[in-house]
Amino acid sequence: MSTISRDDVAHLARLSRLAVTDEELDRFAGQLEQVLAAVARVGEAAVADVPPMSHAVPLTNVLRPDVVTPSLPRDAVLAGAPAAEDDRFRVPRILQEEE
Amino acid sequence: MTTPSTELTTVDVAELSRLLAAGEVSAVEVTRAHLDRIAAEDDQLGAYLHVEHDSALAAATAVDEARSSGAALGPLAGVPVALKDLVVTEGVPTTSGSKILQGWRPPYSATIATRLADAGTVMLGKTNMDEFAMGSSTENSAYQVSRNPWDLSRIPGGSSGGSSAAVAGHLAPWAIGTDTGGSIRQPAAVTGLVGHKPTYGSVSRYGLIAFSSSLDQAGPMARTVLDAALMHEVIGGHDPRDSTSIEQPLTGLAAAARAGAAGDLRGVRVGVVRELGGDGHTDGYDPGVLARTREAVEVLAGLGAEVVEVSCPSFDLALPAYYLIAPSEASSNLARYEGVRFGLRVGDDGDHDLDEVMALTREQGFGPEVKRRIILGTYALSSGYYEAYYGQAQKVRTLITREFTAAFADVDVLVSPTMPTVAFPLGARVDDPIAMYAADLCTLPASLAGLPAISVPSGLSEGLPVGLQIMAPALADDRCYRVAAALEAAQDATRGHRLLDELPALAGAS
Repeated sequence: MSTISRDDVAHLARLSRLAVTDEELDRFAGQLEQVLAAVARVGEAAVADVPPMSHAVPLTNVLRPDVVTPSLPRDAVLAGAPAAEDDRFRVPRILQEEE
Repeated sequence: MTTPSTELTTVDVAELSRLLAAGEVSAVEVTRAHLDRIAAEDDQLGAYLHVEHDSALAAATAVDEARSSGAALGPLAGVPVALKDLVVTEGVPTTSGSKILQGWRPPYSATIATRLADAGTVMLGKTNMDEFAMGSSTENSAYQVSRNPWDLSRIPGGSSGGSSAAVAGHLAPWAIGTDTGGSIRQPAAVTGLVGHKPTYGSVSRYGLIAFSSSLDQAGPMARTVLDAALMHEVIGGHDPRDSTSIEQPLTGLAAAARAGAAGDLRGVRVGVVRELGGDGHTDGYDPGVLARTREAVEVLAGLGAEVVEVSCPSFDLALPAYYLIAPSEASSNLARYEGVRFGLRVGDDGDHDLDEVMALTREQGFGPEVKRRIILGTYALSSGYYEAYYGQAQKVRTLITREFTAAFADVDVLVSPTMPTVAFPLGARVDDPIAMYAADLCTLPASLAGLPAISVPSGLSEGLPVGLQIMAPALADDRCYRVAAALEAAQDATRGHRLLDELPALAGAS
């Protein structure tokens, strides 16, 4: 059975760009341990020669004709953004001051 | 006008359509009747997150004016509809039940919303749901609890619980739901409605806020099988904007429902799935649910269907496979909520850099179930675990699909209970994810294989509705409608009325 520690949850949360509280770390570690124990049963299936199935329908790459078509109005798209400036999305600071 | 407004909220869509076309009621009267009932009753049910009062009346007025000017209108013009709050609608608040999208007004509309509007239907508003459709009870909504009109202390199912509460509680004649692991069928089952998950790819996903892209599918929730088929015909069909959309015409669904209602199932072979509530597989199932399922199968046999038992051993692994695949896809899909392009932003005070703003935004914007699934999905996709979890789950998906194919070589449809239990009390499973996930036991196999499946009422247990699930091969959605309509007609004839007519009056209902 797989185990998942409090540190594992913290690491996964960092990978997921999720800040988590100490209380959440404790709670999620316990719950994910339970969930992983339950889903580990997929390992019981004899599937050595079975291909994986990612999708219920065959996927093909769909391309549209390479012609210019109208896109969403810029103002309408920026209206939903938390911050915009000079007709662009405004992004929080990326580099530290010393960088 | 002879029809009292209270009746306008209980009549089926097929009849409503006839009344509107005959000029016996106006679209404004129908819309106002529903808006009035929402105003009077939704504080008890919590079905809606947003009501489009003024624009609904304006749309209804436009239908009435077009009709009086002699314009050619479709048969559904003037019929109100409710949309689950993950259907993107231009200019109308759309949150997917999440704080992270609070206040967002999309700049475009989903294909299914456009098709419903083009058919002349009138959007009443957006219905409550589990956050990003993750849940089986609608208790994971960031905004409010929705309640089951049959018993206000119980869940209306999930994740389309706002839609089920609205339709069963007569706050909308029908509604759009979405189904990833059973989220149309389960809420329909526990509120006495019909809910159909179409064949994957047969209804456009363009403009539906994604949870698990290989599984998500929108579909109808209605009070009758025919109503569900009528909506399915409006929203279905190829959409070039959805790369997974199947290029096949969608016809004959309403005709199949009407044919089924005639009650002749001779020549139809029905397979009862042993692994879904059959001998040796009854753990977690309510005895009343199993009894109603047996009775429904007997009704189908009485209508001429040939009934056989079918074994699909890999169905026992559908639940663990689903709870690896869906969170994995969710962890990827929900990466787009980073506090830059839309929705919430937290911590942008000059003291935090982009990574920190993202993490703080997602911490505050997502609820516990969403966070749990993102972390689980990240784990299942991570190096060293990918093959053991995600890869293995994808192979189980192949096994399940093969077993469906083998079963459908012998039978026309497969049946099972829709949900192992009746609606459970609010709060009963909210801190126990394993117990909550067990609600999905019967609906997951068809989801993983992308097959059509319908839930149709099969009676009451403990005074609460039970649903029968009917599954069919890909693109044979018409079989679901035919068999479901036959069961519905036979049971309605036996009891002398629709099951939903036994709905207790809401406290304070007019």
